[in-house]
Amino acid sequence: MSMPAMNTEVSAVVIPPAAAAAPVVIMTPKRTPRAETYARMAKETAARVVPPLIVIALLLVVWELICRRAGSSLPPPSKVFTDTRELILNPFFDHGGIDKGLFWHLSASLQRVAYGYSLAAIAGIALGTLVGQSVWAMRGLDPLFQVLRTIPPLAWLPLSLAAFRDGQPSAIFVIFITSVWPIIINTAVGIRNIPQDYRNVAAVVQLNPLEFFTKIMIPAAAPYMFTGLRIGIGLSWLAIVAAEMLIGGVGIGFFIWDAWNSSHISEIILALFYVGIIGFVLDRLIAALGKIVTRGTAAN
Amino acid sequence: MQAYLKLDHIDKIFTRGNASTEVLKDINLTIEKGEYVSIIGHSGCGKSTLLNIVAGLTGATNGGVLLENREVNSPGPDRAVVFQNHSLLPWLTVYENVKLGVDKVFARTKSRAERDAWVMHNLSLVQMAHAKDKRPSEISGGMKQRVGIARALAMEPKVLLLDEPFGALDALTRAHLQDSVMALHQKLGNTILMITHDVDEAVLLSDRIVMMTNGPSARIGEVLEVPLARPRKRLELATNPGYLKCRQRVLEFLYERHSFVEAA
Repeated sequence: MSMPAMNTEVSAVVIPPAAAAAPVVIMTPKRTPRAETYARMAKETAARVVPPLIVIALLLVVWELICRRAGSSLPPPSKVFTDTRELILNPFFDHGGIDKGLFWHLSASLQRVAYGYSLAAIAGIALGTLVGQSVWAMRGLDPLFQVLRTIPPLAWLPLSLAAFRDGQPSAIFVIFITSVWPIIINTAVGIRNIPQDYRNVAAVVQLNPLEFFTKIMIPAAAPYMFTGLRIGIGLSWLAIVAAEMLIGGVGIGFFIWDAWNSSHISEIILALFYVGIIGFVLDRLIAALGKIVTRGTAAN
Repeated sequence: MQAYLKLDHIDKIFTRGNASTEVLKDINLTIEKGEYVSIIGHSGCGKSTLLNIVAGLTGATNGGVLLENREVNSPGPDRAVVFQNHSLLPWLTVYENVKLGVDKVFARTKSRAERDAWVMHNLSLVQMAHAKDKRPSEISGGMKQRVGIARALAMEPKVLLLDEPFGALDALTRAHLQDSVMALHQKLGNTILMITHDVDEAVLLSDRIVMMTNGPSARIGEVLEVPLARPRKRLELATNPGYLKCRQRVLEFLYERHSFVEAA
């Protein structure tokens, strides 16, 4: 009686390799398909890249037309480029103090974000797990979180300056406190949404709490965690620029503020461009990391 | 008769706020070693709750479960469950899913190489060794359930609990898998307790069929012995008078005496 079952299993096994082999057989004699593949890839890339390029070009033209009139309060793109040529071409100069190339300002800001965000990721996942797993922790902490998370990042700055009496830890604290809430809340939701089935499996197999945490909770909640981490990185990049404007020193936020005080509008525009690009890259980095880590879970 | 698994006066009452619902009422059942027992009943009659109580995933309000004369009230690998929706962990491969249980159960008694061999042995029992590196999302529903069965078998349970194991499968896959389970039972002699709502499945696979009345306060209405010789063959049984008689008995119980009440 088990024979028919075995037969179908065997034939089911044989079919996929045959199907997979089929296109290979066609490909070997002729070389043309490869060129076709390249052509198709180029076409697809063009379809993605060309539309935004056109939009950017159009916007630049409109901006140029609007701002090139005499007496315009903002510089046109051509003037921005000539004004900031030095900064663009030489981002690595260091004349001491805060007179440094843009690379140093950006790396100082990124470093603060790295510290604050790493702390937020660790604390956020730990607290989120606690709140997601324990009903009492949720009842006790959730109302507090819901109130605290609505406080704007900069409102924390004076308090943290008073506590730390130094700009650097205060900025890191502001990053931390800004990005920790979405990480906590999303992790908690992820933990709470772990299907009862997985908990049952863990119970039958008798995983201990540590094994349950590493083998079930983390992988099962990872998609939610990464949603939180992605929101968190965006918020912390938002917060750092604002915080640095107030604390001064080296950093892209203070660079913008300093440029404004010196009426170097072109430099502000260049800095905004870099801030946007880096924020975008950070977001994509976390998203890509999440994609790698949650490969298995997301596929289901 | 020495009871291997004994369900002793089990009541289950669910309480939510002030309202309480009695789901199961005075369930008594003894199962011998190597026996294949099915529990059949309309949906909502509490049969899954009963299985969860045996598995230790849900506590009984009164009464208890005895396995080899010892009370069991928490989940454990000696009562491995094959879940209705397979419940494979999607981030682990087929091999790793089976290994999860094996590593825990045989942590002390088997070496790493032996555990690896044991995982592969159980995967080949269900004809899934070829897919060991695939993730659950890459294999069909029937294959997932095969892996679920391998995971449970690999823990060498004293009792294998099947919670509507074929419910989510199409008819053809279901037939194949029923044949596989029958062959495994023949070969390994496991004690099996299966929940089902499929009359043919119950008669084909079981030594005894436990029929449950409708809830609330579901009881065991009738227990039917299936006196068919093993190995059983699906095609021959279709015209076997003994098979048809058993089938008739179960159908009468389910659709005449305890027909499904829509309101329940």
